[in-house]
Amino acid sequence: MPVEIPVEKWAGKVNEVKLGGNGRKSIVIGGETTLPFLKIDGAMPHRPAIAVEVDDVMPADWSPHLIAAWGDALEDPAVWAKKAAEYGADIIALTLDSAHPERGNTGAAEAKKTVEKVLAAVDLPVIIIGPDVAEKDNEVLIAASSVGRGQRLALGNCVDKNYRSVAAACIADGHVAIAKTPIDINLAKQLNILICDIGLAPDAILMDPTTGGLGYGIEYTYSVMERLRLAALIGDKMTSMPMICNVGEESWRQKEARATSGVPATWGDHQERALAWEGITAVSLLNSGADIVVLQHPRTIALIKDAISKLMA
Amino acid sequence: MALSGIEIYKHLPKTNCKKCGFPTCLAFAMKVSQKAIAITACTDLSETARAALEAASRPPIRLITIGGDSRKVEVGNEVVMFRHEKTFYHPPGLMIKLKDTAPLEATLKTVDEVANLVIDRVGLKLSLDGFAIQNESKDAATFARCVEAVKAKADLPLVLMSPDPAAMEAALEKSARSRPLIYAATKDNWEKMAELAKKHSCPLVASEPASLDELAALTQKLNQAGVEDLVLDPGPQGFSSSLNTLTQLRRLALKKSFRPLGYPIITFPAETTGSPEEEVLLAGQQIAKYAGIIVLSRFSPATAYPLLTMRLNMYTDPQKPIQMSPGIYPIGAPKPSSPLCVTTNFSLTYFSVATELEASGFPSWLLVCDTEGLSVLTAWAAGKFDAEKIAKSVKAFNVEASISHRSIIIPGRVAVLRGELEEELQGWKIMVGPPEAMEIGSYLKRYWTN
Ligand code: B12
Ligand code: SF4
Repeated sequence: MPVEIPVEKWAGKVNEVKLGGNGRKSIVIGGETTLPFLKIDGAMPHRPAIAVEVDDVMPADWSPHLIAAWGDALEDPAVWAKKAAEYGADIIALTLDSAHPERGNTGAAEAKKTVEKVLAAVDLPVIIIGPDVAEKDNEVLIAASSVGRGQRLALGNCVDKNYRSVAAACIADGHVAIAKTPIDINLAKQLNILICDIGLAPDAILMDPTTGGLGYGIEYTYSVMERLRLAALIGDKMTSMPMICNVGEESWRQKEARATSGVPATWGDHQERALAWEGITAVSLLNSGADIVVLQHPRTIALIKDAISKLMA
Repeated sequence: MALSGIEIYKHLPKTNCKKCGFPTCLAFAMKVSQKAIAITACTDLSETARAALEAASRPPIRLITIGGDSRKVEVGNEVVMFRHEKTFYHPPGLMIKLKDTAPLEATLKTVDEVANLVIDRVGLKLSLDGFAIQNESKDAATFARCVEAVKAKADLPLVLMSPDPAAMEAALEKSARSRPLIYAATKDNWEKMAELAKKHSCPLVASEPASLDELAALTQKLNQAGVEDLVLDPGPQGFSSSLNTLTQLRRLALKKSFRPLGYPIITFPAETTGSPEEEVLLAGQQIAKYAGIIVLSRFSPATAYPLLTMRLNMYTDPQKPIQMSPGIYPIGAPKPSSPLCVTTNFSLTYFSVATELEASGFPSWLLVCDTEGLSVLTAWAAGKFDAEKIAKSVKAFNVEASISHRSIIIPGRVAVLRGELEEELQGWKIMVGPPEAMEIGSYLKRYWTN
């Protein structure tokens, strides 16, 4: 009984975005002409990349398992970044958390220093993330942009409130903007249009659709990503940007991964559960279209790296 | 699959005899397609036409029930490729594999643990579905004894795994009344397995790793032998082949209405993975990507919980969040002097807070505002959780009658509401709680006095 497999013919293609280069290792992501890892319809020329989160301040309230895994490296972003590279990171995602008004309120000068240090410590492509407060993001991202001129960093978050200045910095210094919107296909598209209107090339934009962790909104993220990717494949140029998901933070900040006491016995071993929390979140979002997943635990890096290889096989 | 009026009309007698109460057969067919009247209202419908219509209106993926009256799993009958298109309806069964060679005592201990695993989440009770018992011993009596013992310990849905029809028969003698899933009919033993499935009215797995062509050939033979309740086993599937093969199967069923492969799928993620950690990741993928029954090689609550959560998330209706009715909820046995907290009516939010309050040692009042099922920040950003809404809820639910003090604790993530709320609730003390619910206990210890 010969079975005729229905194949989808897609007209669209996800943009290819390059990070790094110019003396630094480079990586290209995106370029899909098919849904994630579905070989029957089209091609996935580049494997999704693993970015590893590195913070410029010792993280407060982290799960003891993360703290134990990274040890002293957490005290110095350069050391941390090197270790992340050893563990298999494709990209370093440096978070300038100390610039948050409630977590140090540092400014452009400190940001410059940190970025310089991390860029010197590793030769991987680098993503710079601000503290998630639009004005402060502006300040530190613009500083980081000039330090990293020509090295094709990715700068985020570029949101409705600050996209002009972040996009302008990307144009001036040859970087990629991370356009972040809250789990909404129309808002995502709209922000891409606004950024392109300023003059940033479409292949210098990544989309962050906003991650809900497992048990905390993952189904919304999962579905909005599937819709964004389907729109891109149908041929909508303004949703054709590769996607990045902040998996580590959104998984490890949940009680299931963080709490050390006062949890029901039915939850089982803490570390095993926490790793599964991050790992399942990552695999699910890779399956719905993530081109970069930002991870936190070294064990998850290894597991997801392996899973990506197998999905690409 | 809904049939169009024209498709139905083709099967009618076309005599326009009017006995159905409609002027013409075509008019009648149109009404049937709109589900306004049952096809049985045509008095002259032939047996063959009725059978053809029934077959054509069958769901593209057959609904399969495993298990008896006390506990069962229903899988299949999905109608979309992507959950946003409508919803995923029948969550995959998560089964733990047991081997009949293991010491019975150890097996029964696991059975007990699995059966008693109940995880509270969002007000729901999550648990695993049952067991897949493998006839590793290759001995019929040992297999039957193990199945009988497991069933006596916990009457959960079972998958019976043996290539040997004699062993299967022995195990079915002990368990057939609770409709176990028979694993599996292959091209070597299908006739005997089909007999057993019919005799005991149990669903049957068609297992054929060679290709989908051969799998379809096998299901057709089983259909011809009179077995309709089938589950597909397309062979061991790693990350990539699982995604590709299961997607193809779903597409064939939904887009081509390809009956021979229109059945739910069973997977064994451990078969292709090298470690328990990896098995869990593949199982996670298979929950979202089209598995009907997932057999896990080992039981661990630490991985069962995230998988059950994943299943819950993927199979919720994307159109409406799970929500609570707004009101004032007593947590523990609060007194008028107990703390008052306010939150939104998204179930996930409510239960995150209620659980922590319960554990805090402070019986409390929890005021739940109607935010149309949105979380704290989502509702705030959407203008559905502001000072005015909170003040209105305080009035609407007559909070002042329940409590003797005038303090209200708001979620830390909406600390900005404090000023406006002081305006809205004159004479009240507005307290800003911590951002995360898990910090409520320590917050109350520090800041709640009376
Ligand atoms: C899933 C999600 C959605 C889902 C909705 C889910 C739902 N039913 O609410 C969808 C996709 C529909 C959605 C939509 C929107 N969203 Co939304 N969404 C999220 C997401 C990913 C998770 C939210 C969640 O479920 N959290 C879990 C629950 C349990 O958290 P919670 O309610 O806050 O409760 C916790 C605490 O607050 C605390 N707590 C709760 N109550 C109380 C009470 C007391 C007394 C105390 C002490 C503590 C406490 O306990 C809980 C556990 O710790 C977040 C981002 C993120 N990663 O968190 C964005 C987020 C909340 N969304 C956001 C926005 C802007 C929106 C939209 C307005 C976008 C738009 N313009 O369309 C819409 C609004 C919806 C509408 N118009 O109808 C923003 C809010 C930004 C801000 N700071 O204002 C966020 C933060 C994303 C972002 N960074 O931009 N969203
Ligand atoms: S009863 Fe049947 S044959 Fe007669 S008019 Fe109705 S549909 Fe036609």
